[in-house]
Amino acid sequence: MSGDRITKALLFISSLTILLLGAGIVLSLFGGAIPAFREFGLKFIVSPAWNPTTGSEEYGALSFIAGTVITSILALIICIPMAFSTSLFIAEYYNGTRTSSILRSLVDLLAGIPSIVYGFWGFYALRPLLVATGLSDQGFGVFTASLVLAIMIVPYATSLSAEIISMVPAELKEAAYSLGATRREVIFSVVIPSARSGIIASFILALGRALGETMAVTMLIGNANVIPKGLFAPGNTMASVIANQFGEASGLKLSALIAVGLLLFLITAIVNALGKLIIKRFA
Amino acid sequence: MHPELTDNIARRNRTNGRFRYLVIAGSVITVVPIFLIVGNLAIKGYRQINLAFFTKPAPDTFQAMMAAASGEIIPGGIANGLTGSLLMVLLASFIAIPLGLMTGIFVYENGTRRYARFIRSLTEILQGVPSIILGIIAYLWVVKNITRGYSALAGSVSLAIMMLPLIIRSTEETMRMIPIAIREAAFALGTPYYKMIYKILIPVSFSGLATGVLLALSRILGETAPLMLTALGSPAVSFDVTRPVSAVPLLIWDFYNDPNMVSLVWSASLFLMFFVLSMNLLARSVASKHKYI
Repeated sequence: MSGDRITKALLFISSLTILLLGAGIVLSLFGGAIPAFREFGLKFIVSPAWNPTTGSEEYGALSFIAGTVITSILALIICIPMAFSTSLFIAEYYNGTRTSSILRSLVDLLAGIPSIVYGFWGFYALRPLLVATGLSDQGFGVFTASLVLAIMIVPYATSLSAEIISMVPAELKEAAYSLGATRREVIFSVVIPSARSGIIASFILALGRALGETMAVTMLIGNANVIPKGLFAPGNTMASVIANQFGEASGLKLSALIAVGLLLFLITAIVNALGKLIIKRFA
Repeated sequence: MHPELTDNIARRNRTNGRFRYLVIAGSVITVVPIFLIVGNLAIKGYRQINLAFFTKPAPDTFQAMMAAASGEIIPGGIANGLTGSLLMVLLASFIAIPLGLMTGIFVYENGTRRYARFIRSLTEILQGVPSIILGIIAYLWVVKNITRGYSALAGSVSLAIMMLPLIIRSTEETMRMIPIAIREAAFALGTPYYKMIYKILIPVSFSGLATGVLLALSRILGETAPLMLTALGSPAVSFDVTRPVSAVPLLIWDFYNDPNMVSLVWSASLFLMFFVLSMNLLARSVASKHKYI
């Protein structure tokens, strides 16, 4: 019987380490952020100032919160038509065919490409295109970052949406067909209404991905510590400012960066929890 | 039939057809980037891939500049990145695989209890944490307190925290597919609990577990952001876990920041993408071949 007890104890202890890990992450982020919040209070969240000059140091996260929210939402807007049509292609029009499984694997491959490769590709292949259109001088900025971000999150939104669309009961669709509905009408009056919450959740989870994406955005957004002035203006996101400035930071600046990390953690956790909640309700 | 009615049907059929083309066009747009990326990297990156690419450490910027000026290929390669990646991935697997498997089995075995359900939700939250934040965590825990400086160990810890939730969830999901009858049969024969786990649960779900581990590995192999905050990078081949090391993605970042090294970035990116994608495909083929027993 002792073998049983040891096994059970081992399993329980390893689950405890996850508990400690979760608690440790939250506590460490809070602990690291305390000096910044003590210095600036809640103004840290609503101030766009970011001045590391010794003596007149002042930090606020608003520019980066704005950068993160704007790039992620723009990425989501670009991603929606792509992911929506691909999931319909996979799960409705060509469901169960070879074409559909090839397309599915291709989309999965898109999810496998490392972030830094996306960033580099965006820098050398996409940025010159944007410069050529004349919309932007350097090609850096919110739009370039969002475009690459959209390509990166499409696979997440697609695979989940496709799964949910394929779960719509065939009887419902057949009933609509028997009333003489065309395929498009079936999609818009039966498939989408009954899969709506699941599809919305898949886009919320894709948004959660976009919020925390670091390397590709860092390489393309232009790294200006201001609230972006337009779609083609440079900015910085919460993740990219950490990636750019963490290495040389110490003291108050380090604490400010950890505080930015804490805010990013909270935002992504809320967005992901919302997505998961909707999915659970749906299932 | 009434002319208005046929008109209507014709119109509905037209919209129906148009919508189908819209769906196909959208799907094509979705997959175009993958061909563009793979093609672009292959065309621009293959020239630098030779034996030295794998056996020599990264060149310094002067060597690269001289080579670029005389139109030769840049000497040196990514050996320091390869060894660093290998070291950190091994160490991270060493931490995360046993811990992840055991926690996954725990959650599966106690799935209905409140505590296990809480662990499962916590795992889901951990899975959503942006990787750069795990870099901050490993910096605070390891760089500041244990190795007192940037180190391979810190990099491994951040990667291990990334792997953990992936392995826990894939373990639980794989085990859930095992028919309950197999467990019951084992218990009916008087098999002790631990033997049931070691001799039945794990062997039966082995391919599923392997898929989970491979997918987790393919995720962390390309990770850059947490390593910038922890492993930092090193110009030389190093196996000391308490010292900074490089990694292939870190090298790409270094090369990217050095205008002389551009052609090396293409090759290093091509190699990294190829490696990660083949690991990904391997994982999927393991999964599809053994769709449970």
